[in-house]
Amino acid sequence: MPKILKIHELEKSYSSGSKKLKVLHSISFEVEEGATFSIVGPSGSGKTTLLGLCAGLDKQDSGTIELCGQNLGELNEDERAQLRNREVGFIFQNFQLLPTLTALENVIVPLELQGVKNATKTGKDLLEKVGLGDRFHHYPSQLSGGEQQRVALARAFSNSPKILFADEPTGNLDEETGEKVIQLLFELNKEAGTTLVIISHDLELANKTQHILRLKGGKIISNEPTLVQ
Amino acid sequence: MKGNRSKAGILWLFNMAWRDGRASISRLLLFIASIILGIAAVVSIQLFSENVKQNIQSQSKALIGADFIIDSRQLPNEKVQAIIDSLGADAYEVNFPSMAAFPKNGAAKLVQVRGMEGNFPFYGTLETNPTIAASEYQQKGGALVDATLMLQYNIKPGDSIKLGVVTLPILGTIQGMPGRSGFSSSVAPTVLIPFRFVEQTELLQQGSRKEYQYFFVAPDMDMDLLDETLDPILDDENADLDTHTDTSRQIGRSYDNMGKFLNLAAFIALLLGCIGIASSVHIYIKEKLTDVAVLKCIGASRKQTFLIYLIQIAVMGLIGGVLGTLLGIGIQQALPLLLQEFLPFDIEVSLTIQPMLMGVLLGLIMSVLFALLPLLGTWYVSPLEVLRVSENATVKSRKIKIINFGAIILFILLFSIWIFKDILFAIAFVLGVFITFAILTGISALFIRAIKSYFPTAWGFTARTSLLNLFRPNNQTLVLVLAIGLGTFLISTLYFTKDILLAKTSLDNTSENANIILVDVQPEQRADVEASITPSGLSVIDNLSIVTMRMHSINGKFTNDIRKDTTTTIKNWVLNHEFRTTFRDSLIPSETITQGAWVKEVKPGEPVKISISESLAEDAKIAIGDPIVFNIQGVMMETTVGSIRKIDWARLQLNFMIVFPGGVLEEAPQFHVLTTFVPDNATSASLQQELVRKFPNVTVFDLRQIYTVIEDILGKISWVINFMAFFSILTGIIVLIGSVRNTKYQRIRESVLLRTLGAKGKQILHITALEYLFLGILGSLAGILLSLLSSQLLATVLFEEPFVPSVVPFLIFLPAIVLLVLIIGLSNIRSVLQSPPLEILRKVG
Repeated sequence: MPKILKIHELEKSYSSGSKKLKVLHSISFEVEEGATFSIVGPSGSGKTTLLGLCAGLDKQDSGTIELCGQNLGELNEDERAQLRNREVGFIFQNFQLLPTLTALENVIVPLELQGVKNATKTGKDLLEKVGLGDRFHHYPSQLSGGEQQRVALARAFSNSPKILFADEPTGNLDEETGEKVIQLLFELNKEAGTTLVIISHDLELANKTQHILRLKGGKIISNEPTLVQ
Repeated sequence: MKGNRSKAGILWLFNMAWRDGRASISRLLLFIASIILGIAAVVSIQLFSENVKQNIQSQSKALIGADFIIDSRQLPNEKVQAIIDSLGADAYEVNFPSMAAFPKNGAAKLVQVRGMEGNFPFYGTLETNPTIAASEYQQKGGALVDATLMLQYNIKPGDSIKLGVVTLPILGTIQGMPGRSGFSSSVAPTVLIPFRFVEQTELLQQGSRKEYQYFFVAPDMDMDLLDETLDPILDDENADLDTHTDTSRQIGRSYDNMGKFLNLAAFIALLLGCIGIASSVHIYIKEKLTDVAVLKCIGASRKQTFLIYLIQIAVMGLIGGVLGTLLGIGIQQALPLLLQEFLPFDIEVSLTIQPMLMGVLLGLIMSVLFALLPLLGTWYVSPLEVLRVSENATVKSRKIKIINFGAIILFILLFSIWIFKDILFAIAFVLGVFITFAILTGISALFIRAIKSYFPTAWGFTARTSLLNLFRPNNQTLVLVLAIGLGTFLISTLYFTKDILLAKTSLDNTSENANIILVDVQPEQRADVEASITPSGLSVIDNLSIVTMRMHSINGKFTNDIRKDTTTTIKNWVLNHEFRTTFRDSLIPSETITQGAWVKEVKPGEPVKISISESLAEDAKIAIGDPIVFNIQGVMMETTVGSIRKIDWARLQLNFMIVFPGGVLEEAPQFHVLTTFVPDNATSASLQQELVRKFPNVTVFDLRQIYTVIEDILGKISWVINFMAFFSILTGIIVLIGSVRNTKYQRIRESVLLRTLGAKGKQILHITALEYLFLGILGSLAGILLSLLSSQLLATVLFEEPFVPSVVPFLIFLPAIVLLVLIIGLSNIRSVLQSPPLEILRKVG
């Protein structure tokens, strides 16, 4: 299978006062197109930093990141934004919906950025699909946590991304709601054939993906497939 | 990837700006309210200033009765007549001295006859007794005669006056009349007759001393421009131009200072508007940075996110500008209605387009300029913010920051130049504000450093938390100290300035200043006249000898030759004028020596060193040491210019263009002038009756009417200064309220979190109250102290008046502003105390 994400010898440090704190040490791995992949590790292991780098939200100190055939190191800020807009979807722990837009508007923003004509229809279809057909015009503050995350799911799939990054997607949800959201996530992923990269410290969730990469102290401690196929 | 740009067009950007704005309506309202208040302040102060300026200007027109006058000592020549015709005179007169006889008792007296054609005066009123006489004398063909003269000769309306060969009925007495009056222009009482009778009197013969005056009404004409272009031409033709703006000289510095004060108020209103806009934009954009990160995360470019909020700010600025302008107009229109009871004069409310246009532009440009710096945050904010990782997320380009700051200063400078019409003043003012801004920034930094260094760890939880709020991330110390400090600085400066000016806007109408002048007192009458004044409790203020003379030669050139010299720059009037001079050994309060040295007395044989006024030195092109020969009734007197004096003509006292030292003119033919102060009409009447009975040759001038006009103007100036100061202060306070109110969302999350953790309402109140108390005290105290410095500078440099600081800003402004900041700060977290935490969090997003 072709690789959608190729990481090679990735390093990243952050400044903390006058000191430099190395967060990632020589990280290398690859993700196959259409696969489900999880990155797990305790707090402070560098999961979120790795996700940020993989999605082109940040720049590495050294090493290379190839996403959807593009070397991110060769793209500037706006070109990376373009790449994200066309090929990448996101789901965040704290949903990150735009509080000033309605559910429908939140969903169609990525499409509008692409200049898609019938964005509203697509947005409505997606919201129907995630069970929020009666919540089109609600603002995020008028929705429950589970509903907000479902809007985020609809937004993440609105641009038919090749790869979807999910950062602790159930972190802010109760067990039951979290379960429903994950079910929906995998269903949509399967339907669209999207590659799914999940960041989590929840092993139960990670075990639902085809591949688990374990991080500790900024280093890979294991990178192996699960039994899920 | 390169060149593969997002297809979302400008319409989408507008759409996003609208969507975002629509949902944050409550925050936007707060933001727009600040803009509206700032702009309303600028527009209403500017419009109202324009109105009162015009009002007081028209009052000054009452001093000459027209917008301008062209006068000539002879019948205007062809060139002058062409100018008069092209400008279209609204009235004209010829005036000349003549003997008048009263057939009733056979008395005769030298009078100044004014033959008038037209409805003069056009400003002010011709006060007569009976009142109707003023409007009837032209039609009925009668004369109006000076009240004192009537009193002197016991003449009543209905009696007649004979001028030359014409006898006219006296229709009334002249109580007061606009036009150049008083001692300087005439030494004889006025008799006003219709122009058509002048020729019939047969008094005007070839060579008669006369003056033609043409009165013009041209309220929209630029008097300075007219003066600049027309006066030199008329001067060459032995004619002269007097504009109503010249009369402001009589009102003196108070009038000039009122103009400066109104400009200062407009400048301060502009700054208040800027504070309102800057503080609200800063906080609004700061709150939007996370949304920007999300947008970037899902593929929006830096330019797109930047433009979305730029469009939003620009549209809000425009809306705020328009609404602020409308509110400003509304306030200006409503003021005369609301203040009808208190207004000392009628304000003609008119709309001038400039302040309105400036209001709209100001809203738009200032919003965008002040938004640019925080908006740059959207350019540099990293999409990583959404993942809770933030490293140098909002590093901004230093160069862009400097450019933005420069653009703000440039705009304020341009606006200031527009207000002050003086580049140097504008630069000085903007520099002053910039320094104040820098000092306040320094004070906030020092304050934060001091708290960190000497943090009182032993204090209780609430006090410690409130102190922590002052320097931890997300603190509002700099923003609020700047807003409160600058606001207080501006309103205190206005208050102090008001005091500086009000101390000067009262005419010293005390017994120190004469308001009755007795002319033509003969040397042998001096003691007797004095003796008639003093027993009634009045005092003789001046007792001067007057010697009349003309210039015979200037710098060795005969005046007759200078007249023929077409290249001379010496003003014509100097060559023809009959100077009334005096001699004394000391300066009077209205005079200061600007060049040379004052000579008290000369001994026989010594050169006669005279003192001349600055205006005469300029018009006659005379400098220190220049020789002048005077013709004193046939006797030539050689003199040299010993000193040049600056004269404050605003003081209604006897000022002289030429003053001789003692020891020269004592034996010259002379008459005397005595002055006194009368407190009221009754005293004036009885004194005049007694004087004219005892000394029929003495002419009495009552200056109380001029005093009344000037006092009236000064009263209005004082009212305007007071009102504009308080109006601007009130606006400043409202803008300040807006600025503090803008911080509403800064502390809600923290307060809710504390509430969730179990903090009692009282504890949250304490924390918030202490934080705002610290900021209120620091900001307002710093502002007031800085305003002491600025007011001292304004007093010395701009108004040239002494400055005695009032305690009001310390005793009233300081506690009031602190209390206000405290109340608004506490009201900001009211919802936290009254509603469940989750509800609040949902509401604030």
